[in-house]
Amino acid sequence: MADLKIDFAGIKSPNPFWLASAPPANSGAQIHRAFEAGWGGAVWKTIGAPVLNVSNRYGAWRQGRRMMAINNVELISDRPIEVNLREIAEVKRAWPDRAVIVSAMVESKPEAWHEIVRRIEDTGADGIELNYGCPHGMSERGMGSAVGQVPEYCEQITRWVMETAKIPVIVKLTPNITNIVMPARAAVAAKANALSLINTLNSIVGVDLETLELTPNIGGKGGHGGYAGQAVKPIALNMLAALGTDEVVSHAGLPISGMGGISTWEDAAQFLLLGASSLQVCTAVMHYGYRIIEDLCDGLSNWMDEKGFASVADVVGRSLHRVSEFKNFDLSFRAVARIDEAKCIQCNLCYVACNDTAHQCIDLIAANGSVVQPYAYDVRANGKEDAIETRPQPKVREEDCVGCRLCYNVCPVEECIEMVELPSGRETVTWQELTEKRTKVTEDWDAMKEYRERVGIHIH
Amino acid sequence: METDLALSEQLPPLTVHEATVEADRCLYCYDAPCTHACPTHIDIPKFIKKIATRNLRGSAQTIYAANLLGATCARVCPVQELCEGACVLGSEHKPIAIGRLQRYAMDSAKASGVTPRARGVAAGIARKIAVVGAGPAGLSCAGELALRGHDVTVFEKRELPGGLSTYGIIALREPVDVAIDEARMIEGLGVKIRTGVEFGRDVTLERARGEFDTIVLSVGLGATPALGIEGEEAIVDGLAYIEMSKTDAASLRVGRNVVVIGAGNTAIDCATIAKRLRADRVTMVYRRTVSEMTCYEHEYLFALSEGIEFRFLAQPVGVVMKDGEVAGLECLRVELGKPDATGRPAPVVVAESEFVIEADQIVKAVGQVKPNQEKTGLAAAMGLKTEKGYIAVSADFETSVAGVYAIGDCVRARGAASTVMAVQDGKVAARAIEAKLSAVAAEVK
Ligand SMILES: Cc1cc2nc3c(=O)[nH]c(=O)nc-3n(C[C@H](O)[C@H](O)[C@H](O)COP(=O)(O)OP(=O)(O)OC[C@H]3O[C@@H](n4cnc5c(N)ncnc54)[C@H](O)[C@@H]3O)c2cc1C
Ligand SMILES: Cc1cc2nc3c(=O)[nH]c(=O)nc-3n(C[C@H](O)[C@H](O)[C@H](O)COP(=O)(O)O)c2cc1C
Ligand code: SF4
Ligand code: SF4
Ligand code: SF4
Repeated sequence: MADLKIDFAGIKSPNPFWLASAPPANSGAQIHRAFEAGWGGAVWKTIGAPVLNVSNRYGAWRQGRRMMAINNVELISDRPIEVNLREIAEVKRAWPDRAVIVSAMVESKPEAWHEIVRRIEDTGADGIELNYGCPHGMSERGMGSAVGQVPEYCEQITRWVMETAKIPVIVKLTPNITNIVMPARAAVAAKANALSLINTLNSIVGVDLETLELTPNIGGKGGHGGYAGQAVKPIALNMLAALGTDEVVSHAGLPISGMGGISTWEDAAQFLLLGASSLQVCTAVMHYGYRIIEDLCDGLSNWMDEKGFASVADVVGRSLHRVSEFKNFDLSFRAVARIDEAKCIQCNLCYVACNDTAHQCIDLIAANGSVVQPYAYDVRANGKEDAIETRPQPKVREEDCVGCRLCYNVCPVEECIEMVELPSGRETVTWQELTEKRTKVTEDWDAMKEYRERVGIHIH
Repeated sequence: METDLALSEQLPPLTVHEATVEADRCLYCYDAPCTHACPTHIDIPKFIKKIATRNLRGSAQTIYAANLLGATCARVCPVQELCEGACVLGSEHKPIAIGRLQRYAMDSAKASGVTPRARGVAAGIARKIAVVGAGPAGLSCAGELALRGHDVTVFEKRELPGGLSTYGIIALREPVDVAIDEARMIEGLGVKIRTGVEFGRDVTLERARGEFDTIVLSVGLGATPALGIEGEEAIVDGLAYIEMSKTDAASLRVGRNVVVIGAGNTAIDCATIAKRLRADRVTMVYRRTVSEMTCYEHEYLFALSEGIEFRFLAQPVGVVMKDGEVAGLECLRVELGKPDATGRPAPVVVAESEFVIEADQIVKAVGQVKPNQEKTGLAAAMGLKTEKGYIAVSADFETSVAGVYAIGDCVRARGAASTVMAVQDGKVAARAIEAKLSAVAAEVK
């Protein structure tokens, strides 16, 4: 059995899964139940400045009836700060083996930050997370992402905190920024102990076509909220990898707590592989409840056993060295799509995708082997037998396939289309090498044409 | 029209939730096999996608573009053999409930008053066209022609329009109202429907030939043929039995122990009605076996689930009467012999094997009389050639007499007769008529 324990900047927990600072970590009673369900830790719902919340604060983006993401205009905790602090102390006392971290956000004044740090430390909590991410409401008051978006503010406030903090401090980054590396470097410069990302993305989920009001509608108005859940995972992974591959940040060796769209153990493993060493979850818990922790741990542990990873630390960052840039990709790498006819249900989604928007290299093949056009049947033909028996089979003309992978992505059947790697017969070469050794080819279309003809690259 | 609750529409309409979830499940196939399998080739992924995006008007228009009688078809089509039978999700999952989604779209069209769009007028010249018979074939053809700007009159000898949709398809599948509403919708497109008028009698052929540029026959088939057995007068006609169940169920006499002769769709329907209207026992008598039955498999399974019994390999030879009342059906045992012309094993009657199946009511449902069997029918009066007993037509549905077209059950020499096939005939014939009339118009110019 793989060891799921982690030690994150000195904060220990029995597994890498923490509730993110959000509604699932709103109160002592809730976190108590979460710990009973098996969560390794919790980042307390952000405490700090006084706030009031509104109704209809969560919007959602759905695929059919399934929620893919939440958008929210919730502020930080609206419970009295004394109540929160008292419950934090109670929870920590009851659960000494779990990670209890407190997220904080106060006015941008050194005294305010000094005081909140002191009060949090008095609870016996294991760490502090600085919320520089909240993209609505708090930012209008100069807090949250108003700090996170300006590296100088980030650095300044982190310094104030580090002046007094005795327990580990995690800086939580906002993704609402062009280059995530900048605020991370600021946190490094201010000597933070760890980083976490991502907070929510600015978003508007929609407009009600009946009333023309925004959805959700808050008394006739709406506005951008923070977006989170499955739909943001690719964005979070990219930002995580950006930190892991940045010289300054990676050199500093700060552990990173990853979040943004984690809903299954597979997501979790991917965050670990790209450099996260603790994981936080919010939306998936809001969707399904605390019980999802069971499969997060079980699935991750089984996968680690299969792969021979003894501990979480063995997994962390394993795929980071694969993160590269276009200029380093092998231009001679060749893959083509191949359809498994036994699995294919002949929905023709690959055909129309390739034909209309890729490279027109999937043919419809009739039973007698000839290429047929779609809608080739007579108006008088009908019935299931005729439709099924005369249905042509999509087939990839591999010699013309550029391997763009579109068909693979649209196919609704599990493991039906495979991207098969084939030798291209060309020597490995990258754009970088071309730029250095054959500069002309990269600058002039005639030289490019001549080069392609010589090495045998056909464009369809 | 009061229908007995036991005969009310079997499947409830889909709720908004059910329709949306089901529509979302459709893969939106390209050149979809369901569309190929639908005889009218409704663009199924397109209308389902529109349900998923809550564009219900567009969804209904997509259906109308291919099939003016989408509301009836949604209810009566043997979808297992057609669209749903070809759905790509059918092999490993559940096929999309295309019929029920179609009904959802058509119900909503009715509720919001969406009617078919004009088809564009090629010739720009309105012609006078007579359509004989207001069944699905005739209504489809008349509607298609009206949408192209023609002046169409439908003659219908019955009191109500709709043909077998009104009088023949049991209310479990299609209540009378649906068929009538659909006929009213077609009227709304400018078609004149004159009910209670028998063409060839109330309107003479000469008069019609003088008055109309084109005549379309969509007269369906005739009554149930005679069995030619002793005591046949005491046997109830299955078509009349079903008709009564739709138009006046309260007056329909249903026996306690009912025997139905036949094993096609109509026979199953008769048996279903008897069972639903509280007969204790319903037995279907057929001279061949289960594998030769002409009803669809899903109909047979439905009959079994209704508790209907089957008596195979029995050839009715006479009605047994007692005190002036039906007491049973006398039959001979049958054995299966060599394949006959239809490729099915020929039933061979075993001599002196008489036995009696007890019954207090006997219903016969053994098909309908074909056009060439009706001596006084229109086919004979108009001198139309027939093929295998049906009116012979070209690929464009023109009969052997120029300017006279025929569509629907009366030309169905091949393939299974169904409502949706009749609708397609009407559509294809309308296009052909339009093409021919505009070619003539062009010559005149
Ligand atoms: C009991 C039964 C159940 C069926 N169930 C189904 C089912 O579930 N699904 C399915 O798809 N199909 C079913 N069918 C078949 C389907 O009803 C027919 O294929 C379809 O109705 C054929 O349409 P049509 O317009 O050709 O003929 P019909 O519907 O028969 O219409 C012909 C019309 O012409 C009129 N007419 C005839 N002669 C004249 C005249 N001289 N002057 C004026 N009017 C005239 C008749 O009164 C009638 O209204 C069923 C058939 C029967 C008998
Ligand atoms: C309703 C809601 C409220 C949130 N409130 C806070 C908060 O008070 N403090 C904070 O640091 N992050 C807050 N977040 C952000 C989450 O902690 C987390 O960074 C984000 O939701 C991404 O993770 P997920 O995809 O697992 O939800 C909130 C998110 C949601 C959806
Ligand atoms: S990989 Fe791209 S080019 Fe190749 S068949 Fe698929 S869609 Fe076409
Ligand atoms: S998308 Fe997949 S299942 Fe559909 S036709 Fe193509 S290969 Fe077959
Ligand atoms: S075959 Fe099935 S999944 Fe495909 S478009 Fe038709 S109904 Fe939808």
